[in-house]
Amino acid sequence: MVPVAFEYHRAGSVAEALSLMAQHGEDAKILAGGHSMVPAMKLRLSTPTTVIDLGGVSDLKHITDKGDHIAIGAMATHWMVESSDVISAKAPALRDAAASIGDVQVRNRGTIGGAMAHSDPAADYPGPILALDASMVIQGPSGQRVVSATDYFVALWETAVQPDELLVEIRVPTTPMNANSCYEKFAQPASRYPYVGCAVAVDKSGGTCSDVRVGFSGVGHVGFRDSNVEGALKGQALSAASIKAAADTATNGVDVLSDWSVSEDYRRAMSRVYARRALTKVGL
Amino acid sequence: MGKMIGESIKRVEDHRFITGTGEYTDDIVLPRMTHAYILRSHLAHAKIKSVDTTAAKSADGVVAVFTGEDVAHINGIPTGWQVNFTDGEVMREPKHPLLVKDKALHVGDGVAIVIAESKEQARDAADLIEVDYEELSVVVDASKALEAGAPMVHDELPDNRAFDWQLGDKVAADTGMAKAHHVTKMRIRNQRMIANAIEPRSYIGDYSKARDKYTLYTSSQNPHVIRLLMCAFVLGIPEHKTRVVSKDVGGGFGSKIFHYAEEALVTWASQQIARPVKWTAERSEAFVTDAHGRDHNTIAEMGFDKDGNITALRVHTDANLGAYLSTFAPAIPTYLYGTLLQGQYVTPAIHVTVNGVFTHTTPVDAYRGAGRPEATYLLERLIDTAAAEMGMDPAELRMKNFIPAFDGVEQPGYQTQVALQYDSGDYEATMRKALDVLGYNDLRKEQEEARKQGRYIGIGFSSYIEACGIAPSAVVGSLGARAGLYESANVRVQPTGKVSVHTGSHSHGQGHDTTFAQVAADHLGIALEDIEIIHGDTEQVPFGMGTYGSRSLAVGGSAIVKALDKVKEKGAKVAAHLLEASEQDLEYIDGKWTVKGTDKSIGFGEVALASYVPHNFPEGLEPGIEFNSFYDPANFTYPFGTYIAVVEVDAETGTTEIKRFVAVDDVGNVVNPMIVDGQVHGGLAQGIGQALLEGAVYDESGQLTTGTYLDYAMPRADDLPSFEVDRNVTPCPHNPLGVKGCGEAGAIGSTPAIVNAVVDALRPLGIKDLEMPLTPQKVWAAIHNANA
Repeated sequence: MVPVAFEYHRAGSVAEALSLMAQHGEDAKILAGGHSMVPAMKLRLSTPTTVIDLGGVSDLKHITDKGDHIAIGAMATHWMVESSDVISAKAPALRDAAASIGDVQVRNRGTIGGAMAHSDPAADYPGPILALDASMVIQGPSGQRVVSATDYFVALWETAVQPDELLVEIRVPTTPMNANSCYEKFAQPASRYPYVGCAVAVDKSGGTCSDVRVGFSGVGHVGFRDSNVEGALKGQALSAASIKAAADTATNGVDVLSDWSVSEDYRRAMSRVYARRALTKVGL
Repeated sequence: MGKMIGESIKRVEDHRFITGTGEYTDDIVLPRMTHAYILRSHLAHAKIKSVDTTAAKSADGVVAVFTGEDVAHINGIPTGWQVNFTDGEVMREPKHPLLVKDKALHVGDGVAIVIAESKEQARDAADLIEVDYEELSVVVDASKALEAGAPMVHDELPDNRAFDWQLGDKVAADTGMAKAHHVTKMRIRNQRMIANAIEPRSYIGDYSKARDKYTLYTSSQNPHVIRLLMCAFVLGIPEHKTRVVSKDVGGGFGSKIFHYAEEALVTWASQQIARPVKWTAERSEAFVTDAHGRDHNTIAEMGFDKDGNITALRVHTDANLGAYLSTFAPAIPTYLYGTLLQGQYVTPAIHVTVNGVFTHTTPVDAYRGAGRPEATYLLERLIDTAAAEMGMDPAELRMKNFIPAFDGVEQPGYQTQVALQYDSGDYEATMRKALDVLGYNDLRKEQEEARKQGRYIGIGFSSYIEACGIAPSAVVGSLGARAGLYESANVRVQPTGKVSVHTGSHSHGQGHDTTFAQVAADHLGIALEDIEIIHGDTEQVPFGMGTYGSRSLAVGGSAIVKALDKVKEKGAKVAAHLLEASEQDLEYIDGKWTVKGTDKSIGFGEVALASYVPHNFPEGLEPGIEFNSFYDPANFTYPFGTYIAVVEVDAETGTTEIKRFVAVDDVGNVVNPMIVDGQVHGGLAQGIGQALLEGAVYDESGQLTTGTYLDYAMPRADDLPSFEVDRNVTPCPHNPLGVKGCGEAGAIGSTPAIVNAVVDALRPLGIKDLEMPLTPQKVWAAIHNANA
């Protein structure tokens, strides 16, 4: 397990990281927690000539309640997300997802920004990020821009972050609906990545579903909001029957991933089961 | 005696393991040491048209590069067990070269070794080697490899068979089956497993030109066996000038019994370059080069009379051996499998046939249980299925067919239909205890209630027996073993009365430092702290056979007892002289020889000192006090037990939750109950892993799909319940400790209990069988199809 030799730079600030990126161009890779990247490098599946480590960028490690949103620095670890009181109270779906990643050692090193930038189709975060309608702050040579969750996930391994940009912050709105959210995960027994991860946020004032967002992780080529389920439930009185009927539309019209261990049929069926379980948990 | 044996003494070795101060092979750094990387075939079957090492040889830090061509003159890796064809043709043993020259026969077959100043340089240089492969057709399944026209693994062997084999009485089995009132017939697959020891294999070859001597540091379960095989059969180097050292080893589960090509390769290469050469497997490399386990395709049928008594058992198995014969590969699906088909039952007629088959896969050999789990799995699936088919309770059907209790002393051992003689057993007693612990009757009622609520709870049994403590050398020799299977011990009493015990057994997690010290402490009546257990170095320990097959305490422990007896015998002579008494008048209690009926006594320490400072010593008696023993047992030992699993299946997802797991074992006498419990727990986890999670999957092109932990699912703590472990004790009648062995029991017995429980849960849906591992998808699909 020896990676190809590479040049290592440790950035002290976002500005320094961006300048190192400009200097080294496309052969450079950004190192956050390294829990996807380092194994890939050791297996020589990834062979960057330059690694720019963000470990020293201290102002990316915050989790702050900003009133209308929670600001999460890209270098916040999964453990910080999992154990944050404000996230637990105001965006529990994100806490659930963070707590389900790997084991304690992994969660102590892996970062939310690293996972979000890597955009592994099998990762946990996309579902809750979409269901919570979070936005991503991306910084480049010409300053910062903010991208919505639905625009952030572009394709397999591809996000809205451009080669000369860094994901610096994730903003989760602190709405009552987001406080009523959860993430239900069916983990692959070996990797413990999700076979299916379903995050939901439900506005259920007066027993009616006035609004709902449903985000899936691990099901498609990229995390996605399921408009079938959302459309079927929105405006409905919340009941076991209405939830089941809505959940049963999950993944309709969506390309679902399959591999040697999980068929498309099974994953689709499990998406419906887990959508129902998640909606039942916070909808009833 | 009796103060230490039976006590749950905390493991004395654990301090070094949990503080990171163990001495594993990869921890060893020798002066001028080089590092090796092995370039392996990424194809399962390919002609090697050319290997160009020019660029690699001139890369930074590279000391040497060797290819299959360079080692073609060296013998291949030998096989330690010969199983001939039933028609008399000798077993086919194609050469297993240290590196392949013309053809790669499985993914991971070694093509070249790069030796450099650093591991990184060796790895980088390997990328510069150009190999021109011509891809050939592949077969990965044993039964498919037997079909006409299947791709050939070895050019000279058109039917891909290494041997075929049979045991039992065919005529009697056919007759018993013909007269059966009910026959249960099943197609049973016991999937391929990967051992996944936490420490990957690691070797250092160190040739000393000054002394013309070889040292091999190796993560092995049996250093003497490795020395013999490597010196005499592979490299042709002198055994007395070769030292093999295996200090701390991080788990083996069978996979570190075998002599591997890399051991011989680093030893040979070290002599070539006159520098030490270290190689440590990467985890992905371990997946494709450590010998795998199991991989049987079986058709089995069990006949019953109208009262449920078994009339006959017929079994045919195609056993996948992989691309080459690993060290004990031929023995596993034959003498360690067919011989266990009696199980705990009085089956009057048994016949088994086996094909040993080459495929384009990693070699298959012993893996925790080795043959016995495969036998137990098919027996316990058959009898459970039969109970359901005949409308009988699975516990009752088992008890109806159990061999009656026998202690092997008053009652003789039980002669099976398949060559073995069980030593002692009380099978019904472990079943009854397991039923009591479980609260069986109440649980059946709960199951009924749950079914009414649409919940799927299942209860699964497994009554296993195994053969451990392998075994009398003469017997195994007659069955094809090319080795003896005794064990050695040396007890060296030091002048201060401290005792060094050298054992031919090898500890790689078993806790021998503690268990063996308990045995020695009790026999000598001295403190545990005054005893040191030494293993794993051929220059310190008499020729020993090592640890596998749950044999250490039964065979190695017995050897220690025999040597301790010799120590006490000589000590008594010295004591009698010093006490001016006759030997017959002495008794040895609590570390002292006392003249019976008096207060005249002399301690073990004083006798030890007198033996090394023999100023006043019995005439004609040699000074010193040190004895060897080689213990060759009279028989195997036969631990047994009954396990019961309770599971609940989530029909929506196909997920199995283990609600309870009751394990009642009878492993004979117990030296350290905590260590036995630990062995049982670990074994259960491993067996449950096979039932629910694990399994090596090859695709049609011979790629190992489950080649990393992303895809190969090992059991983890949160996959398992809190085990309910209990024991009965039926001592082994033929070894001095009365012990039977506990290392593999859990892995043998637990697998069918789980599968039986899941099938029991789903029986109302008409589901009768499921293939392991019982992944959620597989179970869901079965439920889905049953509902459709």
